[in-house]
Amino acid sequence: MSSKHLLLTALADINESLRSRWFMIYTLIFGGIVVALFITGLTESRVMGFTGLSRTLVTYLQITMAILPIFVLLTTVRSVAGDREAGIFEYLLSLPVGLASWYWGKILGRFAVVFLPVFLAMMLAVIWAALKGAEIPWGQVLFYTAMLLVLAWCFLGIGMLISSLARSADVAQGAAFLVWLVLLLFLDLILLGIMISDGSSAETVVLIALTNPLQVFRTGAMMLFDPQLVLLGPSAWVILDTFGQTGFLVWSLVYPLVLGTFCAWLGYVVFKRGDLP
Amino acid sequence: MININNVSKTFRRTTVLDGINLIINKGDRIALVGSNGSGKTTLIRCLLGEYIHDGEVLMNGLQPRQHREAVLKRVSFVPQLPPPLRMPVSQLIRFSAEVCDSDPEKIYAVSESLGLDARQFKSQPFVKLSGGQKQKLLISIALGRDSELLIMDEPAANLDPEARHNFFSLLAKKQKDTAMIISSHRLDEVAALVNRVVELDQGNVVLDDKVADQVDMDSILDCEVKLVRAEVAFANTIKEWGFVSENKGITWKGEVAGPDRLRFLGVLSRYAGILNGINMQERS
Repeated sequence: MSSKHLLLTALADINESLRSRWFMIYTLIFGGIVVALFITGLTESRVMGFTGLSRTLVTYLQITMAILPIFVLLTTVRSVAGDREAGIFEYLLSLPVGLASWYWGKILGRFAVVFLPVFLAMMLAVIWAALKGAEIPWGQVLFYTAMLLVLAWCFLGIGMLISSLARSADVAQGAAFLVWLVLLLFLDLILLGIMISDGSSAETVVLIALTNPLQVFRTGAMMLFDPQLVLLGPSAWVILDTFGQTGFLVWSLVYPLVLGTFCAWLGYVVFKRGDLP
Repeated sequence: MININNVSKTFRRTTVLDGINLIINKGDRIALVGSNGSGKTTLIRCLLGEYIHDGEVLMNGLQPRQHREAVLKRVSFVPQLPPPLRMPVSQLIRFSAEVCDSDPEKIYAVSESLGLDARQFKSQPFVKLSGGQKQKLLISIALGRDSELLIMDEPAANLDPEARHNFFSLLAKKQKDTAMIISSHRLDEVAALVNRVVELDQGNVVLDDKVADQVDMDSILDCEVKLVRAEVAFANTIKEWGFVSENKGITWKGEVAGPDRLRFLGVLSRYAGILNGINMQERS
Protein backbone atom coordinates (compact mmCIF):
# COMPACT_ATOMS: atom_id res chain seq x y z
CA MET A 1 0.00 0.00 0.00
CA SER A 2 1.45 3.37 -1.04
CA SER A 3 1.28 5.93 1.77
CA LYS A 4 1.36 8.74 -0.81
CA HIS A 5 -1.71 7.37 -2.58
CA LEU A 6 -3.40 6.70 0.76
CA LEU A 7 -2.93 10.31 1.79
CA LEU A 8 -3.99 11.67 -1.61
CA THR A 9 -7.18 9.60 -1.53
CA ALA A 10 -7.91 10.70 2.04
CA LEU A 11 -7.44 14.37 1.11
CA ALA A 12 -9.59 13.97 -1.99
CA ASP A 13 -12.35 12.41 0.11
CA ILE A 14 -12.11 15.17 2.72
CA ASN A 15 -12.38 17.77 -0.04
CA GLU A 16 -15.40 16.01 -1.51
CA SER A 17 -17.08 15.84 1.91
CA LEU A 18 -16.37 19.45 2.88
CA ARG A 19 -18.33 20.56 -0.15
CA SER A 20 -21.32 18.34 0.45
CA ARG A 21 -24.52 19.41 2.13
CA TRP A 22 -24.56 16.57 4.67
CA PHE A 23 -21.31 17.78 6.18
CA MET A 24 -22.66 21.27 6.77
CA ILE A 25 -25.78 19.89 8.44
CA TYR A 26 -23.70 17.45 10.46
CA THR A 27 -21.35 20.16 11.73
CA LEU A 28 -24.22 22.52 12.50
CA ILE A 29 -26.05 19.82 14.47
CA PHE A 30 -23.15 19.01 16.78
CA GLY A 31 -22.04 22.61 17.19
CA GLY A 32 -25.68 23.48 17.80
CA ILE A 33 -26.08 20.81 20.49
CA VAL A 34 -23.22 22.26 22.54
CA VAL A 35 -24.52 25.80 22.19
CA ALA A 36 -28.06 24.64 23.03
CA LEU A 37 -26.80 22.84 26.15
CA PHE A 38 -25.29 26.06 27.46
CA ILE A 39 -28.22 28.26 26.43
CA THR A 40 -30.81 26.00 28.06
CA GLY A 41 -28.73 26.03 31.23
CA LEU A 42 -28.18 22.29 31.38
CA THR A 43 -25.07 22.78 33.46
CA GLU A 44 -23.63 21.57 36.70
CA SER A 45 -26.11 23.18 39.07
CA ARG A 46 -29.41 24.91 38.46
CA VAL A 47 -29.07 26.73 41.75
CA MET A 48 -25.41 27.74 41.66
CA GLY A 49 -25.15 28.19 37.92
CA PHE A 50 -22.23 26.83 35.91
CA THR A 51 -19.66 25.26 38.20
CA GLY A 52 -18.30 22.38 36.13
CA LEU A 53 -18.51 20.51 32.89
CA SER A 54 -19.42 16.94 33.86
CA ARG A 55 -23.17 17.11 33.36
CA THR A 56 -22.85 19.00 30.09
CA LEU A 57 -20.42 16.40 28.75
CA VAL A 58 -22.58 13.47 29.78
CA THR A 59 -25.63 15.02 28.16
CA TYR A 60 -23.66 15.85 25.03
CA LEU A 61 -22.38 12.30 24.85
CA GLN A 62 -25.83 10.78 25.32
CA ILE A 63 -27.22 12.95 22.52
CA THR A 64 -24.21 12.14 20.35
CA MET A 65 -24.79 8.45 20.90
CA ALA A 66 -28.29 8.82 19.55
CA ILE A 67 -27.33 10.84 16.47
CA LEU A 68 -23.77 9.93 15.47
CA PRO A 69 -24.23 6.23 14.55
CA ILE A 70 -27.15 6.75 12.18
CA PHE A 71 -25.53 9.87 10.73
CA VAL A 72 -22.22 8.09 10.10
CA LEU A 73 -23.95 5.02 8.67
CA LEU A 74 -26.24 6.91 6.31
CA THR A 75 -23.71 9.44 5.04
CA THR A 76 -21.06 6.77 4.53
CA VAL A 77 -23.24 4.40 2.55
CA ARG A 78 -24.92 7.25 0.68
CA SER A 79 -21.66 8.76 -0.48
CA VAL A 80 -19.64 5.57 -1.05
CA ALA A 81 -22.38 3.57 -2.80
CA GLY A 82 -23.64 6.81 -4.38
CA ASP A 83 -20.19 7.62 -5.77
CA ARG A 84 -20.03 4.16 -7.30
CA GLU A 85 -23.44 4.59 -8.93
CA ALA A 86 -22.61 8.06 -10.24
CA GLY A 87 -19.47 6.88 -12.07
CA ILE A 88 -16.92 8.45 -9.71
CA PHE A 89 -15.37 5.06 -9.00
CA GLU A 90 -15.19 4.25 -12.71
CA TYR A 91 -13.13 7.35 -13.36
CA LEU A 92 -10.95 7.65 -10.27
CA LEU A 93 -10.21 3.93 -10.23
CA SER A 94 -8.99 4.12 -13.82
CA LEU A 95 -6.05 6.06 -12.37
CA PRO A 96 -3.09 4.04 -11.09
CA VAL A 97 -4.00 4.07 -7.43
CA GLY A 98 -3.83 0.78 -5.50
CA LEU A 99 -7.08 -0.66 -4.18
CA ALA A 100 -5.80 -0.83 -0.60
CA SER A 101 -4.65 2.82 -0.72
CA TRP A 102 -7.97 3.82 -2.23
CA TYR A 103 -10.17 1.97 0.26
CA TRP A 104 -8.24 2.78 3.44
CA GLY A 105 -7.59 6.34 2.24
CA LYS A 106 -11.33 6.78 1.80
CA ILE A 107 -11.94 5.49 5.35
CA LEU A 108 -9.24 7.78 6.72
CA GLY A 109 -10.71 10.85 5.01
CA ARG A 110 -14.22 9.93 6.06
CA PHE A 111 -13.12 9.33 9.63
CA ALA A 112 -11.57 12.80 9.78
CA VAL A 113 -14.78 14.46 8.60
CA VAL A 114 -17.10 12.54 10.92
CA PHE A 115 -14.94 12.67 14.03
CA LEU A 116 -13.56 16.22 13.91
CA PRO A 117 -16.86 18.18 14.08
CA VAL A 118 -18.03 16.08 17.06
CA PHE A 119 -14.68 16.44 18.79
CA LEU A 120 -14.39 20.15 18.08
CA ALA A 121 -17.90 20.76 19.43
CA MET A 122 -16.84 19.06 22.66
CA MET A 123 -13.67 21.13 22.75
CA LEU A 124 -15.86 24.22 22.34
CA ALA A 125 -17.58 23.26 25.58
CA VAL A 126 -14.21 22.72 27.30
CA ILE A 127 -12.90 26.12 26.14
CA TRP A 128 -16.09 27.83 27.23
CA ALA A 129 -15.88 26.20 30.65
CA ALA A 130 -12.20 27.18 30.98
CA LEU A 131 -13.07 30.80 30.11
CA LYS A 132 -15.75 30.72 32.81
CA GLY A 133 -13.10 29.54 35.25
CA ALA A 134 -14.83 26.23 35.88
CA GLU A 135 -13.01 23.06 36.78
CA ILE A 136 -12.29 20.85 33.76
CA PRO A 137 -12.61 17.10 34.41
CA TRP A 138 -9.69 16.16 32.16
CA GLY A 139 -9.98 12.44 32.80
CA GLN A 140 -13.59 12.51 31.68
CA VAL A 141 -12.78 14.70 28.66
CA LEU A 142 -10.03 12.32 27.55
CA PHE A 143 -12.18 9.24 28.02
CA TYR A 144 -15.13 10.78 26.19
CA THR A 145 -12.83 11.82 23.34
CA ALA A 146 -11.62 8.23 23.09
CA MET A 147 -15.23 7.00 23.17
CA LEU A 148 -16.29 9.36 20.39
CA LEU A 149 -13.29 8.21 18.41
CA VAL A 150 -14.13 4.52 18.69
CA LEU A 151 -17.85 5.09 18.17
CA ALA A 152 -17.19 6.99 14.93
CA TRP A 153 -14.68 4.34 13.83
CA CYS A 154 -17.01 1.46 14.68
CA PHE A 155 -19.95 2.78 12.66
CA LEU A 156 -17.70 3.92 9.85
CA GLY A 157 -16.40 0.34 9.58
CA ILE A 158 -19.95 -1.02 9.53
CA GLY A 159 -20.91 1.61 6.93
CA MET A 160 -17.99 0.69 4.68
CA LEU A 161 -18.89 -3.01 4.90
CA ILE A 162 -22.49 -2.26 3.90
CA SER A 163 -21.24 -0.04 1.04
CA SER A 164 -19.04 -2.85 -0.26
CA LEU A 165 -21.83 -5.41 -0.09
CA ALA A 166 -24.68 -3.33 -1.55
CA ARG A 167 -24.65 -2.64 -5.28
CA SER A 168 -26.87 0.43 -5.16
CA ALA A 169 -27.13 3.49 -2.93
CA ASP A 170 -30.79 2.76 -2.14
CA VAL A 171 -30.11 -0.80 -0.99
CA ALA A 172 -27.11 0.41 1.03
CA GLN A 173 -29.18 3.09 2.70
CA GLY A 174 -31.96 0.63 3.55
CA ALA A 175 -29.47 -1.87 4.98
CA ALA A 176 -27.74 0.81 7.06
CA PHE A 177 -31.04 1.91 8.54
CA LEU A 178 -31.96 -1.70 9.32
CA VAL A 179 -28.63 -2.32 11.11
CA TRP A 180 -29.12 0.80 13.22
CA LEU A 181 -32.70 -0.23 14.02
CA VAL A 182 -31.61 -3.73 15.13
CA LEU A 183 -28.92 -2.27 17.40
CA LEU A 184 -31.47 0.14 18.80
CA LEU A 185 -33.88 -2.71 19.53
CA PHE A 186 -31.23 -4.46 21.58
CA LEU A 187 -30.66 -1.63 24.00
CA ASP A 188 -30.96 -2.44 27.71
CA LEU A 189 -34.51 -1.31 28.32
CA ILE A 190 -35.94 -3.44 25.53
CA LEU A 191 -33.68 -6.34 26.51
CA LEU A 192 -34.96 -6.06 30.03
CA GLY A 193 -38.50 -6.44 28.71
CA ILE A 194 -37.52 -9.52 26.72
CA MET A 195 -35.79 -10.96 29.76
CA ILE A 196 -38.93 -10.56 31.86
CA SER A 197 -41.40 -11.82 29.25
CA ASP A 198 -39.31 -14.79 27.97
CA GLY A 199 -37.65 -15.71 31.21
CA SER A 200 -34.17 -15.47 29.63
CA SER A 201 -31.22 -15.53 31.98
CA ALA A 202 -29.67 -12.22 32.96
CA GLU A 203 -26.31 -13.46 31.65
CA THR A 204 -27.70 -14.07 28.15
CA VAL A 205 -29.31 -10.66 28.04
CA VAL A 206 -26.16 -8.97 29.28
CA LEU A 207 -24.09 -10.90 26.73
CA ILE A 208 -26.31 -9.52 23.96
CA ALA A 209 -26.02 -6.06 25.47
CA LEU A 210 -22.24 -6.33 25.59
CA THR A 211 -22.00 -7.16 21.89
CA ASN A 212 -24.20 -4.23 20.92
CA PRO A 213 -21.83 -1.29 20.33
CA LEU A 214 -24.62 1.20 21.02
CA GLN A 215 -25.25 -0.34 24.44
CA VAL A 216 -21.53 -0.63 25.22
CA PHE A 217 -21.10 3.04 24.44
CA ARG A 218 -24.14 4.00 26.48
CA THR A 219 -23.02 2.01 29.54
CA GLY A 220 -19.42 3.27 29.28
CA ALA A 221 -20.55 6.89 29.04
CA MET A 222 -22.76 6.44 32.05
CA MET A 223 -20.14 4.69 34.13
CA LEU A 224 -17.88 7.72 34.60
CA PHE A 225 -20.80 9.81 35.76
CA ASP A 226 -22.56 7.08 37.74
CA PRO A 227 -19.95 4.47 38.83
CA GLN A 228 -22.55 2.16 40.47
CA LEU A 229 -24.69 2.29 37.33
CA VAL A 230 -27.77 3.03 39.39
CA LEU A 231 -29.39 4.55 36.31
CA LEU A 232 -28.89 1.37 34.30
CA GLY A 233 -30.86 -1.03 36.52
CA PRO A 234 -30.37 -4.74 37.22
CA SER A 235 -28.10 -5.50 34.24
CA ALA A 236 -25.53 -3.23 35.86
CA TRP A 237 -24.91 -5.79 38.61
CA VAL A 238 -23.93 -8.49 36.13
CA ILE A 239 -21.74 -6.03 34.21
CA LEU A 240 -19.96 -4.82 37.33
CA ASP A 241 -19.59 -8.36 38.70
CA THR A 242 -18.15 -9.66 35.45
CA PHE A 243 -15.89 -6.78 34.43
CA GLY A 244 -15.42 -4.42 37.32
CA GLN A 245 -15.48 -0.71 36.51
CA THR A 246 -12.03 -0.47 34.90
CA GLY A 247 -12.57 -3.68 32.97
CA PHE A 248 -15.77 -2.37 31.44
CA LEU A 249 -14.25 0.99 30.55
CA VAL A 250 -11.48 -0.85 28.70
CA TRP A 251 -14.09 -3.07 27.01
CA SER A 252 -16.12 -0.03 25.95
CA LEU A 253 -13.10 1.30 24.09
CA VAL A 254 -11.56 -1.90 22.75
CA TYR A 255 -14.70 -3.72 21.58
CA PRO A 256 -16.09 -1.00 19.24
CA LEU A 257 -12.57 -0.44 17.91
CA VAL A 258 -12.11 -4.13 17.11
CA LEU A 259 -15.63 -4.46 15.68
CA GLY A 260 -15.18 -1.39 13.45
CA THR A 261 -11.78 -2.58 12.24
CA PHE A 262 -13.10 -6.07 11.52
CA CYS A 263 -16.07 -4.72 9.54
CA ALA A 264 -13.81 -2.31 7.61
CA TRP A 265 -11.39 -5.14 6.80
CA LEU A 266 -14.25 -7.43 5.71
CA GLY A 267 -15.54 -4.58 3.53
CA TYR A 268 -12.09 -4.28 1.96
CA VAL A 269 -11.97 -8.01 1.17
CA VAL A 270 -15.39 -7.79 -0.52
CA PHE A 271 -14.42 -4.58 -2.37
CA LYS A 272 -11.12 -6.05 -3.59
CA ARG A 273 -12.70 -9.24 -4.90
CA GLY A 274 -15.68 -7.71 -6.69
CA ASP A 275 -16.46 -5.40 -9.60
CA LEU A 276 -15.27 -1.88 -8.75
CA PRO A 277 -17.75 0.44 -10.50
CA MET B 1 1.10 -5.19 -26.49
CA ILE B 2 -2.42 -6.06 -25.28
CA ASN B 3 -3.83 -9.57 -25.43
CA ILE B 4 -7.48 -10.16 -24.74
CA ASN B 5 -7.94 -13.90 -24.49
CA ASN B 6 -11.39 -15.44 -24.34
CA VAL B 7 -12.78 -12.73 -22.07
CA SER B 8 -16.33 -13.30 -20.87
CA LYS B 9 -18.38 -11.31 -18.40
CA THR B 10 -21.74 -12.24 -16.98
CA PHE B 11 -23.97 -10.10 -14.76
CA ARG B 12 -26.25 -12.48 -12.88
CA ARG B 13 -27.61 -14.51 -15.81
CA THR B 14 -26.91 -12.03 -18.58
CA THR B 15 -23.79 -12.61 -20.64
CA VAL B 16 -22.43 -9.23 -21.70
CA LEU B 17 -19.10 -10.36 -23.12
CA ASP B 18 -18.94 -13.80 -24.70
CA GLY B 19 -15.39 -15.03 -25.23
CA ILE B 20 -13.75 -11.94 -26.74
CA ASN B 21 -10.34 -12.43 -28.40
CA LEU B 22 -8.35 -9.42 -29.59
CA ILE B 23 -4.72 -8.42 -29.99
CA ILE B 24 -3.98 -4.70 -29.88
CA ASN B 25 -0.60 -3.46 -31.05
CA LYS B 26 1.22 -0.15 -30.71
CA GLY B 27 0.00 2.23 -33.41
CA ASP B 28 -3.46 0.63 -33.59
CA ARG B 29 -6.21 3.22 -33.51
CA ILE B 30 -9.33 1.22 -32.95
CA ALA B 31 -12.92 2.36 -33.32
CA LEU B 32 -14.83 0.22 -30.85
CA VAL B 33 -18.35 0.42 -32.20
CA GLY B 34 -21.64 -1.25 -31.49
CA SER B 35 -25.15 -0.45 -30.39
CA ASN B 36 -26.11 0.24 -26.78
CA GLY B 37 -25.64 -2.89 -24.69
CA SER B 38 -23.23 -4.49 -27.15
CA GLY B 39 -20.51 -4.73 -24.47
CA LYS B 40 -18.23 -1.76 -25.31
CA THR B 41 -18.19 -0.23 -21.82
CA THR B 42 -17.87 -3.65 -20.17
CA LEU B 43 -14.85 -4.47 -22.35
CA ILE B 44 -13.26 -1.12 -21.48
CA ARG B 45 -13.82 -1.78 -17.76
CA CYS B 46 -12.20 -5.21 -18.12
CA LEU B 47 -9.20 -3.54 -19.80
CA LEU B 48 -9.00 -1.08 -16.90
CA GLY B 49 -9.09 -3.94 -14.39
CA GLU B 50 -12.36 -2.69 -12.94
CA TYR B 51 -14.36 -5.84 -13.59
CA ILE B 52 -13.72 -9.40 -12.50
CA HIS B 53 -14.11 -11.59 -15.61
CA ASP B 54 -13.41 -14.97 -17.11
CA GLY B 55 -10.50 -15.27 -19.53
CA GLU B 56 -7.43 -13.10 -19.50
CA VAL B 57 -6.42 -9.52 -20.27
CA LEU B 58 -2.68 -8.94 -20.49
CA MET B 59 -0.90 -5.66 -21.09
CA ASN B 60 2.78 -6.26 -21.75
CA GLY B 61 2.32 -9.56 -19.91
CA LEU B 62 0.69 -7.99 -16.83
CA GLN B 63 -2.90 -8.39 -15.69
CA PRO B 64 -4.62 -5.03 -14.99
CA ARG B 65 -6.35 -6.27 -11.84
CA GLN B 66 -3.32 -7.92 -10.23
CA HIS B 67 -0.83 -5.24 -11.29
CA ARG B 68 -3.11 -2.20 -11.18
CA GLU B 69 -0.55 0.48 -10.58
CA ALA B 70 2.02 -0.81 -13.10
CA VAL B 71 -0.61 -1.30 -15.84
CA LEU B 72 -2.75 1.80 -15.25
CA LYS B 73 0.32 4.05 -15.25
CA ARG B 74 0.49 3.26 -18.97
CA VAL B 75 -3.23 3.71 -19.64
CA SER B 76 -5.15 6.98 -20.02
CA PHE B 77 -8.92 6.99 -19.94
CA VAL B 78 -11.59 9.49 -20.90
CA PRO B 79 -15.10 8.43 -19.82
CA GLN B 80 -18.22 9.16 -21.81
CA LEU B 81 -20.01 10.81 -18.89
CA PRO B 82 -17.96 13.11 -16.66
CA PRO B 83 -18.07 11.97 -13.01
CA PRO B 84 -19.91 14.38 -10.66
CA LEU B 85 -16.79 15.23 -8.64
CA ARG B 86 -17.18 18.07 -6.18
CA MET B 87 -13.44 18.59 -5.71
CA PRO B 88 -12.01 21.78 -7.21
CA VAL B 89 -10.41 21.66 -10.64
CA SER B 90 -6.92 22.33 -9.26
CA GLN B 91 -7.23 19.45 -6.80
CA LEU B 92 -8.44 17.05 -9.48
CA ILE B 93 -5.46 17.99 -11.64
CA ARG B 94 -3.04 17.66 -8.72
CA PHE B 95 -4.55 14.34 -7.63
CA SER B 96 -4.38 12.88 -11.15
CA ALA B 97 -0.86 14.13 -11.75
CA GLU B 98 0.45 12.87 -8.43
CA VAL B 99 -0.99 9.37 -8.65
CA CYS B 100 0.32 9.13 -12.21
CA ASP B 101 3.74 10.60 -11.32
CA SER B 102 3.32 13.27 -13.99
CA ASP B 103 3.55 17.04 -14.09
CA PRO B 104 0.36 19.11 -13.49
CA GLU B 105 1.81 21.79 -15.81
CA LYS B 106 1.47 19.38 -18.73
CA ILE B 107 -2.24 19.02 -17.97
CA TYR B 108 -2.65 22.80 -17.81
CA ALA B 109 -0.79 23.12 -21.13
CA VAL B 110 -3.05 20.57 -22.86
CA SER B 111 -6.15 22.24 -21.48
CA GLU B 112 -4.97 25.58 -22.86
CA SER B 113 -4.45 24.08 -26.29
CA LEU B 114 -8.05 22.80 -26.14
CA GLY B 115 -9.23 26.31 -25.39
CA LEU B 116 -9.80 25.85 -21.65
CA ASP B 117 -7.88 28.00 -19.21
CA ALA B 118 -8.00 25.52 -16.31
CA ARG B 119 -6.27 28.01 -13.98
CA GLN B 120 -9.21 30.34 -14.33
CA PHE B 121 -11.48 27.62 -12.89
CA LYS B 122 -9.01 26.15 -10.42
CA SER B 123 -11.08 26.76 -7.29
CA GLN B 124 -14.36 25.85 -8.95
CA PRO B 125 -15.83 22.40 -8.23
CA PHE B 126 -15.41 20.12 -11.26
CA VAL B 127 -19.12 19.30 -11.22
CA LYS B 128 -20.01 22.98 -11.74
CA LEU B 129 -18.16 23.23 -15.09
CA SER B 130 -20.14 23.07 -18.33
CA GLY B 131 -20.31 19.79 -20.27
CA GLY B 132 -17.70 20.97 -22.78
CA GLN B 133 -15.34 22.25 -20.08
CA LYS B 134 -15.54 18.95 -18.18
CA GLN B 135 -14.79 17.01 -21.33
CA LYS B 136 -11.81 19.24 -22.15
CA LEU B 137 -10.42 18.82 -18.66
CA LEU B 138 -10.78 15.03 -18.71
CA ILE B 139 -9.08 14.91 -22.10
CA SER B 140 -6.30 17.17 -20.72
CA ILE B 141 -5.75 14.84 -17.78
CA ALA B 142 -5.60 11.85 -20.14
CA LEU B 143 -3.30 13.46 -22.70
CA GLY B 144 -1.20 15.40 -20.19
CA ARG B 145 0.80 12.34 -19.25
CA ASP B 146 2.76 9.59 -20.97
CA SER B 147 0.76 6.50 -21.75
CA GLU B 148 0.89 3.53 -24.09
CA LEU B 149 -2.84 2.98 -24.34
CA LEU B 150 -5.46 5.68 -24.68
CA ILE B 151 -9.05 4.61 -24.05
CA MET B 152 -11.69 7.17 -24.91
CA ASP B 153 -15.44 6.77 -24.71
CA GLU B 154 -17.10 9.22 -27.15
CA PRO B 155 -14.36 11.75 -26.37
CA ALA B 156 -15.17 14.55 -28.79
CA ALA B 157 -18.95 14.53 -28.40
CA ASN B 158 -19.10 17.77 -26.38
CA LEU B 159 -16.29 19.68 -28.09
CA ASP B 160 -16.67 22.66 -30.40
CA PRO B 161 -15.07 22.38 -33.88
CA GLU B 162 -11.94 24.32 -32.93
CA ALA B 163 -11.35 22.22 -29.81
CA ARG B 164 -11.97 19.10 -31.90
CA HIS B 165 -9.26 20.14 -34.33
CA ASN B 166 -6.82 20.80 -31.49
CA PHE B 167 -7.80 17.49 -29.92
CA PHE B 168 -7.10 15.66 -33.19
CA SER B 169 -3.73 17.43 -33.45
CA LEU B 170 -2.83 16.23 -29.95
CA LEU B 171 -3.86 12.69 -30.89
CA ALA B 172 -1.75 12.94 -34.04
CA LYS B 173 1.33 13.59 -31.91
CA LYS B 174 0.68 10.44 -29.92
CA GLN B 175 -0.37 8.08 -32.68
CA LYS B 176 3.03 6.44 -33.29
CA ASP B 177 3.82 5.52 -29.69
CA THR B 178 0.33 4.87 -28.41
CA ALA B 179 -2.48 2.44 -29.09
CA MET B 180 -5.91 4.05 -29.03
CA ILE B 181 -9.34 2.64 -28.43
CA ILE B 182 -12.09 5.09 -29.29
CA SER B 183 -15.53 3.85 -28.34
CA SER B 184 -18.60 5.16 -30.09
CA HIS B 185 -22.00 3.93 -31.07
CA ARG B 186 -21.62 5.77 -34.39
CA LEU B 187 -18.78 4.86 -36.71
CA ASP B 188 -19.03 8.11 -38.70
CA GLU B 189 -18.10 10.06 -35.53
CA VAL B 190 -14.71 8.38 -35.28
CA ALA B 191 -14.08 6.82 -38.70
CA ALA B 192 -11.48 9.35 -39.78
CA LEU B 193 -9.49 8.95 -36.57
CA VAL B 194 -8.88 5.23 -36.75
CA ASN B 195 -7.05 2.58 -38.75
CA ARG B 196 -8.99 -0.40 -37.42
CA VAL B 197 -12.65 -1.04 -36.65
CA VAL B 198 -13.86 -3.54 -34.08
CA GLU B 199 -17.59 -3.99 -33.88
CA LEU B 200 -19.28 -5.68 -30.95
CA ASP B 201 -22.75 -7.16 -31.00
CA GLN B 202 -24.28 -8.93 -28.01
CA GLY B 203 -20.87 -9.47 -26.48
CA ASN B 204 -19.20 -10.89 -29.58
CA VAL B 205 -16.71 -9.40 -32.03
CA VAL B 206 -18.64 -9.37 -35.31
CA LEU B 207 -16.16 -7.26 -37.28
CA ASP B 208 -12.43 -6.69 -36.91
CA ASP B 209 -11.09 -4.90 -39.93
CA LYS B 210 -8.20 -2.66 -40.93
CA VAL B 211 -9.31 0.53 -42.66
CA ALA B 212 -7.52 2.90 -45.01
CA ASP B 213 -5.28 5.14 -42.96
CA GLN B 214 -5.00 8.07 -45.35
CA VAL B 215 -6.40 10.90 -43.29
CA ASP B 216 -3.77 13.05 -41.66
CA MET B 217 -5.15 13.65 -38.17
CA ASP B 218 -3.50 17.04 -38.09
CA SER B 219 -4.80 18.20 -41.48
CA ILE B 220 -7.19 21.08 -42.18
CA LEU B 221 -9.63 21.51 -45.05
CA ASP B 222 -10.54 24.92 -46.42
CA CYS B 223 -14.23 24.74 -47.24
CA GLU B 224 -16.72 26.76 -49.19
CA VAL B 225 -20.43 25.99 -49.16
CA LYS B 226 -22.88 27.63 -51.56
CA LEU B 227 -26.63 27.67 -51.06
CA VAL B 228 -29.48 28.32 -53.42
CA ARG B 229 -30.97 30.71 -50.84
CA ALA B 230 -30.15 32.01 -47.36
CA GLU B 231 -31.56 29.90 -44.54
CA VAL B 232 -31.56 30.87 -40.83
CA ALA B 233 -31.39 27.28 -39.51
CA PHE B 234 -28.43 26.53 -41.77
CA ALA B 235 -26.72 29.78 -40.74
CA ASN B 236 -27.04 28.89 -37.06
CA THR B 237 -25.60 25.44 -37.64
CA ILE B 238 -22.68 26.47 -39.83
CA LYS B 239 -21.75 29.32 -37.48
CA GLU B 240 -21.13 26.69 -34.80
CA TRP B 241 -18.40 25.37 -37.09
CA GLY B 242 -16.84 28.84 -37.22
CA PHE B 243 -17.98 29.59 -40.81
CA VAL B 244 -18.65 33.13 -42.00
CA SER B 245 -20.64 34.47 -44.92
CA GLU B 246 -19.65 37.43 -47.09
CA ASN B 247 -22.85 37.65 -49.15
CA LYS B 248 -25.81 37.56 -46.78
CA GLY B 249 -25.84 33.83 -46.09
CA ILE B 250 -25.52 32.48 -49.65
CA THR B 251 -21.83 31.51 -49.57
CA TRP B 252 -20.11 30.33 -46.41
CA LYS B 253 -16.37 29.91 -45.86
CA GLY B 254 -14.48 28.23 -43.07
CA GLU B 255 -12.17 25.40 -42.13
CA VAL B 256 -12.79 21.84 -40.99
CA ALA B 257 -10.37 19.48 -39.26
CA GLY B 258 -9.38 16.60 -41.56
CA PRO B 259 -10.76 13.82 -39.33
CA ASP B 260 -13.99 15.77 -38.99
CA ARG B 261 -14.80 15.74 -42.73
CA LEU B 262 -17.34 12.92 -42.54
CA ARG B 263 -19.07 14.49 -39.57
CA PHE B 264 -19.17 17.84 -41.40
CA LEU B 265 -20.64 16.27 -44.52
CA GLY B 266 -23.18 14.54 -42.28
CA VAL B 267 -24.27 17.95 -40.97
CA LEU B 268 -24.49 19.36 -44.53
CA SER B 269 -26.57 16.39 -45.65
CA ARG B 270 -29.41 17.65 -43.44
CA TYR B 271 -29.62 20.69 -45.69
CA ALA B 272 -29.14 18.83 -49.03
CA GLY B 273 -32.20 20.55 -50.54
CA ILE B 274 -30.67 24.03 -50.38
CA LEU B 275 -27.04 23.12 -51.23
CA ASN B 276 -25.72 24.54 -54.48
CA GLY B 277 -22.08 23.57 -54.21
CA ILE B 278 -19.39 22.31 -51.83
CA ASN B 279 -15.67 22.77 -52.20
CA MET B 280 -13.22 21.15 -49.78
CA GLN B 281 -9.50 21.64 -50.28
CA GLU B 282 -6.85 20.17 -48.00
CA ARG B 283 -4.47 22.87 -46.87
CA SER B 284 -0.93 22.05 -47.93
